[in-house]
Amino acid sequence: MTMPPFARRRFLQGSAALAGATALGALPSMAAGEMTVGFIYVGPKDDFGYNQAHAEGAAAVKAMAGVTVVEEENVAETIDVQNTMESMINFDGATLLFPTSFGYFDPHVLAVAPKYPDVRFEHAAGLWTEGMPTNVGSYFGYIGLGQYLNGIVAGHMTQTKRLGFVAAKPIPQVLQNINSFLLGARQVDPAITCQVIFTGEWSLAVKEAEATNALADAGCDVITCHVDGPKVVIETAAGRDCFVCGYHANQAPLAPEKYLTGAEWNWPGVYTRMVQTMLDGGTISNFDRGGLAEGYIKMSPLGPAVTDAARNQFDATQAEMMKGGFAAYQGPLMDNNGNQILAEGEVFLETDIALESMDYLVEGVIGSTS
Amino acid sequence: MESDLGLWAIPIAMLGGAIRVSTPFLFVSLGEVLTERSGRINLGLEGTLVFGAMSGYAIAYLSGSAWAGVLAAAFAGSLFGLLHGLICSLPRVNDIAIGIAMMLLGMGLAFFFGKPFIQPVAPDLPSIGFGWWSDIPQLEAALRVNVLFLIGAAAAVALWWMFRSTRVGLVIRVVGDSTDAARAMGLRPAVIRTLATAAGGAFAGVGGAYLSLFYPGSWSEGISSGQGLMAVALVIFARWNPIACFWAAILFGAAGALGPALQSVGVSEGYYLFYAAPYVLTLGVLIATSSPNRAMVGAPGELSITK
Repeated sequence: MTMPPFARRRFLQGSAALAGATALGALPSMAAGEMTVGFIYVGPKDDFGYNQAHAEGAAAVKAMAGVTVVEEENVAETIDVQNTMESMINFDGATLLFPTSFGYFDPHVLAVAPKYPDVRFEHAAGLWTEGMPTNVGSYFGYIGLGQYLNGIVAGHMTQTKRLGFVAAKPIPQVLQNINSFLLGARQVDPAITCQVIFTGEWSLAVKEAEATNALADAGCDVITCHVDGPKVVIETAAGRDCFVCGYHANQAPLAPEKYLTGAEWNWPGVYTRMVQTMLDGGTISNFDRGGLAEGYIKMSPLGPAVTDAARNQFDATQAEMMKGGFAAYQGPLMDNNGNQILAEGEVFLETDIALESMDYLVEGVIGSTS
Repeated sequence: MESDLGLWAIPIAMLGGAIRVSTPFLFVSLGEVLTERSGRINLGLEGTLVFGAMSGYAIAYLSGSAWAGVLAAAFAGSLFGLLHGLICSLPRVNDIAIGIAMMLLGMGLAFFFGKPFIQPVAPDLPSIGFGWWSDIPQLEAALRVNVLFLIGAAAAVALWWMFRSTRVGLVIRVVGDSTDAARAMGLRPAVIRTLATAAGGAFAGVGGAYLSLFYPGSWSEGISSGQGLMAVALVIFARWNPIACFWAAILFGAAGALGPALQSVGVSEGYYLFYAAPYVLTLGVLIATSSPNRAMVGAPGELSITK
């Protein structure tokens, strides 16, 4: 991999640092208890979705004393993100970076991190394993649980017994959300199916609208999604008189009557905690996960259309999850190609790492991973 | 109420997709036909489309009227076209390079000014339901036709007639086919080309307004995803004929609906391949109609790519 301009820039900086260090004794160092934190987003940070959820976390960090926040949006999952990370480190003096998009991790974060051992890289959704740079951490929330709760409400509200899911790419996180949504609904009625349509990209407005229309045409009457900005899906589905469940952030303002509930990230709490740990001189775990109980995710308030039966089961399940150790995946469980995933009596707990390498759709989901 | 249509769902979805998705392609390609018939290429229409989407949405939100948004988008588009036309009227300026610069400028400005308008909800353009005779809900939804689509179809016919049998059409064609002949007739090619580019920009702006005000119906930075560029290519595909542009746009809309429609009836393997259908189609048609022996039929003589 070649990156001439930045290799040169680093060289110049390095030699300048050397000269500066000999002349002045020290290079630009922050006063004790101060730090610069960088946030990098793959899309616009007010997209009613993934990036907005992270940007809300960044805003909470910005409000902390002694912390400077630098942000850059619309950074592609290419060499671009390496350049952005290096310029945040070299020019802004960032010592903690949050490259928030899934595709930033491998190879980009893993390539840059070894060059800057004093900088902490915290990546959302990545899977840190032994042997990776120790200044890299990966954190994420069990948002599949939120989709499971979405599914419970959807299962009560559907008339046609067909749910719809507009998905971006068949990566484990997305597959887990689709499966959890259906498994939640099947707690209400085991005959319910879920139709999934993949658009192939994180943000393709027209294709997302077409996919939503195709789901409505196929008779799906509750629709949710996993794309970067759910705005188009929510508005199009509500326009077709379908109920909607949100994702990433609260989209209730887009369809107040049709919005049932939504699985939301709760990044402000997580990010301020991590930054505080760094300020106090502590270390953040390389592998950080949490669900509803740990405050990583939260649910949107239930919409006006939600029935009492749905509300009761939603509340009961949520209370169960708050105790920790919830198992949405219980045997016997088959995938939609007839292979056995879990035998009778086996479960995947919410913390099970096997969930993070999911490559199947469970029985009842109509769709394919490739 | 909801009925299961089986495989009939695919043609209905493609019909609906053709009507819903084709309008931006149609407007941008009509605008580009107008510009290219006068002898210039404006590659910047992608930027004009995105800026039109942003300005249309912003004005519709601020004024409360979607039609005011469409007018604003047309006005903004014509300004972009005018700028392109004026710069290209200077000696030794390459219209393709300026077009690319205008594309980046349009998108950059749209992102910059569009920030405050991502969150608010603007009024939508009205549509007319032509499916009242049917009791199949899918067909009714597919036949919800937006007024801009009808205007675009009418504009395609009007442009075709204009090029064929009006003085204005003749003047544009002469300028596009031979600068020398146009000068000999006492015409001023630079002025006519600039006006044609401005008018073409207005068309592209309206296409953008359709994106943000009707389908998908909201402003976001990823709203176009290259449709403006595709529409410029459609013009070559349609051989600079406005009526053919209409059919090409319909074809692209229908092909784009194929992927989601197939998945919704259970044909889910290989969706990445189905999503490539419009592009494979274009390649196929261009190869089938190309010839090593003669120039492209219908290409204006002064166009920098065909000269």
